[in-house]
Amino acid sequence: MSTETAEVKETKVSEALFSKRRKKLISDPLIDDNPITIQVLGICSALAVTTQMQPTLVMAISVIFVMVMANLTISLLRNTIPSRVRIIVQLAVVASLVTLVNEILKAFAYDMYKELSVFVGLIITNCIVMGRLEAFALGNKPYDSVLDGFGSALGYSWIILAVAFFRELLGSGSVFGVEIYDGISSLFGGEFSLATNGLMVSPVGAFIILGLIIWVQRTKTGYVEH
Amino acid sequence: MQQSNGYIITFSVILTVVLGLLLSGTSQLLGPIQKKAVELDTKKQILGAVLESSELSAMKAEEILEFYDNRISSKVVDYEGNEIEKDEDGNEIIAENVDVAKNYKLAPEKRKYPVFIFHQEGNEDDAEAIIVQLYGAGLWDEIWGFLALDTDLNTIEGVTFGHKGETPGLGARITEGSVQNRYQGKKIFDDSGEFRSVDMQKGEGKDYSGEDHKVDGLSGATITANGVNAMLENYLKAYKSYFEKRQKS
Repeated sequence: MSTETAEVKETKVSEALFSKRRKKLISDPLIDDNPITIQVLGICSALAVTTQMQPTLVMAISVIFVMVMANLTISLLRNTIPSRVRIIVQLAVVASLVTLVNEILKAFAYDMYKELSVFVGLIITNCIVMGRLEAFALGNKPYDSVLDGFGSALGYSWIILAVAFFRELLGSGSVFGVEIYDGISSLFGGEFSLATNGLMVSPVGAFIILGLIIWVQRTKTGYVEH
Repeated sequence: MQQSNGYIITFSVILTVVLGLLLSGTSQLLGPIQKKAVELDTKKQILGAVLESSELSAMKAEEILEFYDNRISSKVVDYEGNEIEKDEDGNEIIAENVDVAKNYKLAPEKRKYPVFIFHQEGNEDDAEAIIVQLYGAGLWDEIWGFLALDTDLNTIEGVTFGHKGETPGLGARITEGSVQNRYQGKKIFDDSGEFRSVDMQKGEGKDYSGEDHKVDGLSGATITANGVNAMLENYLKAYKSYFEKRQKS
């Protein structure tokens, strides 16, 4: 985790709500500076939750909520946070938000809570969250920080959703619980059945899918690690 | 100024208090809703032993609670099969609130065993199935379940299993309907009346339809299957005296 804080040039008076610079805050982490495929952060949860689409979607929404709110809070407090205890302060804010998400899930989506509460708790240790707080929210205005958090969380979300799509399709033969494989075989009169791949259900499958995604992306963008 | 110890301590105290208030406030606010969600979940699991999961998922929350009230009566028995109504402190015991995990830590003779009787609407004596609670250890963490027996107290009408942390796609498959349906029609006593329980076998894909005490296993999840077997054996054995008493009356 870098301790340097990227200072975005302060602009005067009124900047458009979605100016070019602000759009970049959201779009950069989607591909060019993706937290998972480029920065290789947050791998742990990308492997753990992605066996099925539905829990992955809930996880993605939770991460978006936590990142946006944490970035906002830290950015609002950025001039008052004593730098010697800033990591603990960030941790306390993130942990509180995560607990909040967990409590809300428990009250309104108990089935999801049963499945996900372990992983939701682990958002606290997701390096992407802390990384953005350290690198961005501490040195930038609230609105920019919200956009930055949203962008990074979106970059994280689409990758884990893509991984989950392939893992659920190849591992369980379904997407969002809809049986695709059964549908295909009945389309051909049930003469053959497609076999599911058990490897995709285990974390090893996620490694393989993630590796392939990173490979494809880096081939296209020509990104090389320095 | 911001670097002084006094400032840091004051800041930390304020932050702690604010976050603490926020969290305890949420917990207070959501507490009753969460309690209802847990209650609904328990009742769903109990009903899952006698209803098809498709039937259950088609019902709304209020319908499930109403159905439960109309069709299930519950009581708590001890190891000898005697009904117990009050605990050591004289408080009334409610079967739905018995903490099976807590009881599991006690010796089998000291545990409380909830029994749920699935009966015709409006007539509690006209029982259709007897549902008992199960609890044990899987590969990674606790597993639990409910098992419904036919009124002959021998034939299994249905089971539901739950787990906390079994491997998705492997041990976690015990929560799938297709796995739980394998138990339907199996018997826990043999022809001579000896207790046999039902054992999930190693390996998957064999046909055990002719066997009363065996069900097809879970490929790649033998340890979870062993946990399920142990859970069934331990708890059905513990309920045995109750079954015998009920049979006589």
